Amino acid sequence: MLRRLHHEQPESFAFTPANLAWAEGQITKYPEGRQASAVIPLLWRAQEQEGWLTKPAIEAVADMLGMAYIRVLEVASFYFMFQLQPVGSVAHIQICGTTGCMICGAEDLIAVCREKIADKPHVVSDDSKLSWEEVECLGSCTNAPMAQIGKDYYEDLTAESFAKIVDELRAGNVPTPGPQNGRYAAEPLSGLTSLTEYDSGKTQYNASVQLATDIGDTVKRIDGTEVPLLTPWIGKDGTVAGRNAAAPTPKAPATGKTAAQQAKPAAKKAAPKKAEKVEAAPAVTGKAKKPRTMKAPRKAGADDLKQLKGVGPKLEQTLNELGFWHFDQIAKWGADEIAWVDDNLKFKGRIERDGWIEQAKTLAEGGETEFSSKVKKGKVY
Amino acid sequence: MLQDKDRIFTNLYGMHERTLAGAKARGHWDGTAGIIKKGRDWIIDQMKASGLRGRGGAGFPTGLKWSFMPKESDGRPAYLVINADESEPGTCKDREIMRHDPHTLIEGALIASFAMNANTAYIYIRGEFIREREALQAAIDEAYDAGLLGKNAAKSGWDFDLFLHHGAGAYICGEETALIESLEGKKGMPRMKPPFPAGAGLYGCPTTVNNVESIAVVPTILRRGPEWFAGFGRANNAGTKLFGISGHVNNPCVVEEAMSISFEELIEKHCGGIRGGWDNLKAVIPGGSSVPCVRAENMRDAIMDFDYLRGELGSGLGTAAVIVMDQSTDIIKAIWRLSKFYKHESCGQCTPCREGTGWMMRVMDRLVKGEADVEEIDMLWDVTKQVEGHTICALGDAAAWPIQGLINNFRDEIEDRIRVNKQGKVSIAAE
Repeated sequence: MLRRLHHEQPESFAFTPANLAWAEGQITKYPEGRQASAVIPLLWRAQEQEGWLTKPAIEAVADMLGMAYIRVLEVASFYFMFQLQPVGSVAHIQICGTTGCMICGAEDLIAVCREKIADKPHVVSDDSKLSWEEVECLGSCTNAPMAQIGKDYYEDLTAESFAKIVDELRAGNVPTPGPQNGRYAAEPLSGLTSLTEYDSGKTQYNASVQLATDIGDTVKRIDGTEVPLLTPWIGKDGTVAGRNAAAPTPKAPATGKTAAQQAKPAAKKAAPKKAEKVEAAPAVTGKAKKPRTMKAPRKAGADDLKQLKGVGPKLEQTLNELGFWHFDQIAKWGADEIAWVDDNLKFKGRIERDGWIEQAKTLAEGGETEFSSKVKKGKVY
Repeated sequence: MLQDKDRIFTNLYGMHERTLAGAKARGHWDGTAGIIKKGRDWIIDQMKASGLRGRGGAGFPTGLKWSFMPKESDGRPAYLVINADESEPGTCKDREIMRHDPHTLIEGALIASFAMNANTAYIYIRGEFIREREALQAAIDEAYDAGLLGKNAAKSGWDFDLFLHHGAGAYICGEETALIESLEGKKGMPRMKPPFPAGAGLYGCPTTVNNVESIAVVPTILRRGPEWFAGFGRANNAGTKLFGISGHVNNPCVVEEAMSISFEELIEKHCGGIRGGWDNLKAVIPGGSSVPCVRAENMRDAIMDFDYLRGELGSGLGTAAVIVMDQSTDIIKAIWRLSKFYKHESCGQCTPCREGTGWMMRVMDRLVKGEADVEEIDMLWDVTKQVEGHTICALGDAAAWPIQGLINNFRDEIEDRIRVNKQGKVSIAAE
């Protein structure tokens, strides 16, 4: 499915200090050189903080993990939990619509969303508070139909109970998550058929709902201060016990350059190019200029243009048709002429990339290039 | 019916103490060091003898899978990866383990990792299970505090780390190699096999990927003995199993039962029967969305295990996620929704699946409305056959099977709908 970045993006992104500390803690879960593994958890925390995943956030995470932007963008657009467009300021509601929930009435819940939020999914409601979408199976099938709102599952819903929840959210309240029909968790509604002696009723809610009510962050923008940061896997001596120094995990093969790596060589390349342009400046008029051409080769016969690296039999023929037969003709091209030939060859940039002019100069003076000597020996064609 | 004393997940509904102290009171973490001291080979032999087959859907023998891991390290570490990316429509059993009985999983992870020479295990939980992640992480933190994880874990002499990692909503990451890709921070696109993960998996190191339930039952099996576990269910289908029954039963629930229980007993004992009685039953998907549906008349006496459902009914136990549909269900639409699911979740790597799932969904679209020709049913069948078996992973197969099940079992209904649509509403009124 095609997913793109939103057309309007904020200026910048920064993790809150607590989220940053959390993110750094997460990275230590993975062996050295494998910090890219943390990309999903970090992107997710960025989304929890902002509500949706912005381009600056994607770039910030890439920089933190030393990954190329495109690799992180790939991840962001591949995984459907990443919201690439703004969502409701209060909550984004996800209705499970897959078969298990569908046959139990998920379509009625979607009708409620259409009526109360917006006619289409991923559209923010008129009061900008809510948005909704239909998602694939959320793994709560015995409690169907259900919806995920913020961090929590609202289960065993009916159109009426769900409509009430939507109204409550809009009014600024957070209804208690979990089963809405009086059930505790995933046991039979009519009463226990197994594990009866374990029904001690010690806690008010099942584990999920208990956390939701204890922390109270169902629809909150997460800033990292909600729960204490724990990294128990880092031992007292600062090392991770399970990581064996004698048998380290192999490093990741280079798959792409990070933004920082990309920036450096680009800057280097840019500099000499500028210098060239300044040198050639008098000749550049900005327009392609037709170089001098010849109707036929000189009497001594045409040069073997194939000795130029980048020119094959087909290109040689085209060059001949355009009126180029000799190295010294090519050696004389300036920037404008190159532009003209470029346009006529439909190989944008090839002349400069393969350095035809330098090669032609050498060959016109009777010299040899590495490539031309290979051609002469019959190794190429 | 399975008795409570033989249930492994004694806090499945979370009504009892969910902390480490509670888990210990229920018998978990008892003599873990002693089990580990018996050695790698003993553990693997016991697991083989128990007859445990993987609980993630494919049913591959767990002990055998572990034995594929290299006995000696060649300089690379080994990894256990626990697949908690429970996304198969209908499946909701691992969630209950992770939020309510997490210590079964943590203890199992330690023992299994030791058996595979792995000092590190990762649990890959699906991104949507946010509270479950928090509950499981809290249990892991607790275990670290108590010295059950980390250096010299549970005083066994084995250094062991257990990390919780999460995904972000991609069904395909339940496929083991896609899960590994995702855990490495990439798009979840399955890898070609070979090399199998046991040779080169996570970070290029020997890796075994196991389902949550497969790992969580390990400590109890080793404590009570493989004979006890093998005593439930028919031969080759041993043990107890979490069933998740959803859809049109009076009381949908997740429950632990013995393998090879009959469908009727399962529904009557735990789910309060079919909504509207047995005559109102139309079809059942017995093992999660990827297995073909079964007609009501074949299902009532069905034995719920791997071999019966596959051999006798041409379906499968899968993850034991039972979706029950009564006569009010539009079965064509129900299967269409699964086609939509697979189209949505295809990772796009292999052409037959990427294009085929969309194609199948669009034909199903028209079958739901009856706006098709009868010949198109056979054409759809052909397409499913061209997708099936022609992709890197099994998602292509999984997308094809529900449709094949529908055509096999409810062809008459599809044809009827097409006919009604052709004749128009007037002639129906006249009938």
